[in-house]
Amino acid sequence: MKHTLSVLVENTPGALSRITGLFSGRAFNIESLNVAATLDPSLSHLTLVTRGDEFIIEQIIKQLRRLVDVFKVVDVSEGEFVEREMSLIKVRAEEQSRAEILRICDIFRCKVVDVSPKSYTLEVTGPESKLKAVIELLRPIGIKEIIRTGTIAIMREKKTM
Amino acid sequence: MAKMTGKQMVVEALKRESVDVIFGFPGGAIIDFYDTLEKDGTIKHVLVRHEQGAAHAADGYARASGKVGVCVATSGPGATNTVTGIATASLDSVPIVVFTGQVPTALIGNDAFQEVDIVGITRPCTKHNYLVKDVKDLPQVLKEAFYIARSGRPGPVLVDLPKDVQNGKAEFDYPQEIKLRSYNPVIEPHGKQVERAYRLIEKAKRPVIYAGGGIIISNAHKELRALAKAMHIPVTMTLMGLGGFPGTHELSLGMLGMHGTYCANMAMANSDLIIAIGARFDDRVTGKIEAFAPLAKIIHLDIDPTSIQKNVKVDVPIVGDCKRVLKKLLDAAKDGGRPAEAWMDQHQAWLQQLDAWKKRHPLTYKEEPGVIKPQNVIEKLYEMTKGRAIITTEVGQNQMWTAQFYKFDEPRTLLTSGGLGTMGYGFPAAIGAQMAFPDKLVVDVAGDGSIQMNIQEMATAMEQRLPVKIVILNNQFLGMVRQWQELFYDRRYAATEFEMTPDFVKLAEAYGAKGFRATKPEEVDGVLSKGLEAEGLAIMEFAIAREEGVFPMVPAGKATTEMLLV
Repeated sequence: MKHTLSVLVENTPGALSRITGLFSGRAFNIESLNVAATLDPSLSHLTLVTRGDEFIIEQIIKQLRRLVDVFKVVDVSEGEFVEREMSLIKVRAEEQSRAEILRICDIFRCKVVDVSPKSYTLEVTGPESKLKAVIELLRPIGIKEIIRTGTIAIMREKKTM
Repeated sequence: MAKMTGKQMVVEALKRESVDVIFGFPGGAIIDFYDTLEKDGTIKHVLVRHEQGAAHAADGYARASGKVGVCVATSGPGATNTVTGIATASLDSVPIVVFTGQVPTALIGNDAFQEVDIVGITRPCTKHNYLVKDVKDLPQVLKEAFYIARSGRPGPVLVDLPKDVQNGKAEFDYPQEIKLRSYNPVIEPHGKQVERAYRLIEKAKRPVIYAGGGIIISNAHKELRALAKAMHIPVTMTLMGLGGFPGTHELSLGMLGMHGTYCANMAMANSDLIIAIGARFDDRVTGKIEAFAPLAKIIHLDIDPTSIQKNVKVDVPIVGDCKRVLKKLLDAAKDGGRPAEAWMDQHQAWLQQLDAWKKRHPLTYKEEPGVIKPQNVIEKLYEMTKGRAIITTEVGQNQMWTAQFYKFDEPRTLLTSGGLGTMGYGFPAAIGAQMAFPDKLVVDVAGDGSIQMNIQEMATAMEQRLPVKIVILNNQFLGMVRQWQELFYDRRYAATEFEMTPDFVKLAEAYGAKGFRATKPEEVDGVLSKGLEAEGLAIMEFAIAREEGVFPMVPAGKATTEMLLV
């Protein structure tokens, strides 16, 4: 099963490498990983999407907590949470397909962030399922390049890290 | 506050942490620290002959004494030479602090002379490590290093010291106490969990305590003894747990697992309740995991939550320091108020069954006329030392025969590389143990293969006048691998036979030590007594039965009840 983990980690050199090293060293898989500073500059926040049965996920969480630099680990997918991913998609935009692309854009509330004579670059934000749908629709038209941020997630209601 | 150089800070921190001896080998990137150490003159330095020896010696010192062991190496090859020692300490949860020199910060990343990213290299095999880039951070880092090494589940910590940091100046404000928001090992167990565990123990008819190295690390041997005695529960130990419960106690089943006793493995397979204490269900213990302890509920006590539910499903997990948990369990037993006879009645049939298994297949070996049996050498060593020596081992058959035939009654008397299985560990570890206990008898039991992996430390032992004794069980084979080849590879002895081994007696003499050799059974006693009584470092070499095997043996991947017996 897919799990989305939120990890707060000391903002020190090598901390990220300890985490990725843990995953490769213990043969856990990382589907996506997103890292950035938090309100407190001494801590970084990681959103990590991984897969595994309950035992593997339990091990992953425990192993992460065992790292001296890791402050907190929460499996946000255990409760209510909101997840988003952003993607920049460069799609081939010829005369005959430009209108179609804009229509898809409109339906999925994407933004056109760059235009050239031969292409559009779209910004899409949403849960992974939405990104998938947009990509599927654009694929026959001709996707030249996709850059994705990986998932970020936040717990709903009053819960915070 | 007076300013201090980084190198002075390290020396000062060693004193504040009550470190009286360190093991190391100098070089260009650590020369500044050495200069300060020499000028200070209060901390004993043992100059090894190879940095791996320094790491193992620090480890042996730590295991024997319970204190933090310290070693020092220079940058580059000095640092990489410590890696096997660090990984050995990591897998067996031994508190050591390793200081390495590093090229000046301005050169880091330039592939400078003797530069290596040792922090990157050791990240997966240390508990934590630091590259100190600013001398201002050093006091805090030094305090953290010792604190992290010894607290929680102990382990190795490496501190990498660039040359300019050693020579830079800052205020030395050494923290008295330390609190890290991201590192808080759970020491005190959850009361509810202890209660749940006690209720399971109350009901069990065929309980077994499965004790690991955690008993020794947390100094919980007295509590374990008290608990086993109070509730009449038999105890089996892992290799790392030997000495955590007296091997001669009537409730002891001996070691379990791949080369464990018949009784211990049968006990696990038939038990209805396994109480795992400071052990981690390693593959050498469980054998084929699907067939492991099929009838048992499992209570698992460990200070490291990652050890729990890693390999087997656990019914009652208890996170905490073994000693505290055992104390709470003893309290629960007291509150339960059940008299000793009631426990005895409840377990009587089980204890009788265990006794029958013990008698059916005790640890044994076949005598052969004219041939020295390694098991016999260990038995005699046990008798002559009255079981009171500190024994270190190398890895392989020598290690398993020692674990089987030397009965360890006290904790911290067997120092052996259990997790990583490092050949070459035993002799430098013996040097470390002898430094911690100059008046105790320290014996390294080795094979002719493994002793050659750190034989250079003979010079260290001689220089320090350490009376370490080395028993070499010489079969001119890499015996354990040969045994596997015999059993599972149609006796194709690929790369396991030594066509040449040095003359160990002459080798001892070359170093200025004493050497003795036995080639016939009737010489064993004499060589042992001469060697053990010799002044200073001595080698006792025994030409043993060349193709002797270690039995019982559970073939890798098989159920632990599928033992090959003698």
